[in-house]
Amino acid sequence: MIEADHRIFLLAGAVLFAIGFHSLVVQSHLLRRIMALNVMGSGVFLVFIALGSQAPGPVPDPVPQAMVLTGIVVSVCATGLALALADRVQAATGKVELEDDAQTHRNATDATKESRG
Amino acid sequence: MIRRVPIGILSLALLAGLAWAVLSLPATPTGLTAESLVKLPESGVTNPVTAVLLNYRGYDTLLEVGVLLLAIVGVWSLRRGEWPAVDLRDRPLLMSLLRVLLPVLVLAAGYLLWIGAFAPGGAFQAGALLGGALVLVLLAGLARRVLQRDRLLRFGLALGVLVFAGVCAVTKLLTGGMLQYPAGSGGKWILLIESAALISIGLTLGLLYLGGRPALKQEDSSERSPHAHD
Repeated sequence: MIEADHRIFLLAGAVLFAIGFHSLVVQSHLLRRIMALNVMGSGVFLVFIALGSQAPGPVPDPVPQAMVLTGIVVSVCATGLALALADRVQAATGKVELEDDAQTHRNATDATKESRG
Repeated sequence: MIRRVPIGILSLALLAGLAWAVLSLPATPTGLTAESLVKLPESGVTNPVTAVLLNYRGYDTLLEVGVLLLAIVGVWSLRRGEWPAVDLRDRPLLMSLLRVLLPVLVLAAGYLLWIGAFAPGGAFQAGALLGGALVLVLLAGLARRVLQRDRLLRFGLALGVLVFAGVCAVTKLLTGGMLQYPAGSGGKWILLIESAALISIGLTLGLLYLGGRPALKQEDSSERSPHAHD
């Protein structure tokens, strides 16, 4: 078993990932989805760092640290690109949701209206 | 917004699976600490994280610098950047703050780059500081003329990848192994790559804030208020 100090970080990482996943699926606003991906990424980074910090040896394992450092920079840049794409979607369609999602929502709303009427 | 309950159950199941996975990991993971420390004296630096980034796993960092370049190229091809609407250049308090802050940020970035060989620091941390400094410059509306020099910016953005690829080619010729530095000179190669990467990372992070290719001069002057001059 892993010692308690580290278990809290590992669990927090898993919780962040699950929260991010839930938002990614439930939220249809693109900005919220981009944020959800970032929350998921933070969970992964937390797990990596926690695992690296309890590796045997005089210093924490440098390999996970280096990978997380790489990951943070990549995730910032990917977020920038995703935001630019979301802005293009808004410029092209006037909506900040993807076409498929909007369609599903419309259908769902129509179905509710029909069942009421 | 639909099918909330199944998604909630799915998320909870994911959480349970992940929690089980991370908690059932062995108490003493077989890390790579020992391996990375054994070869540390040959790597040219004494900070194991920098050794991993730029010596043992140099490919990773090369690809990462490539990803950065791809991201900014993608953003530039999607949008035109917008200058901040308000001109802040005549605010004395902001300008006197920046006059102190910007040199300090550049100095701290240089320090972090240098110290990365021996202690926590390196091109990414330093690049984040430079990126922050560039965001301040953009917000304050400074240095617009420089930021409209397209070729200069493109060169700066690509510099990291260019130098990194150049080092790959040279080390291949010298030692037969790509990114396998000649014995004893690892530190110099790493510093060369990191210096180039610092400029590209700082520029990329700062220019991402602008959200696109900086507007050209003629477009810019028509958008800005008539009393402001460069």
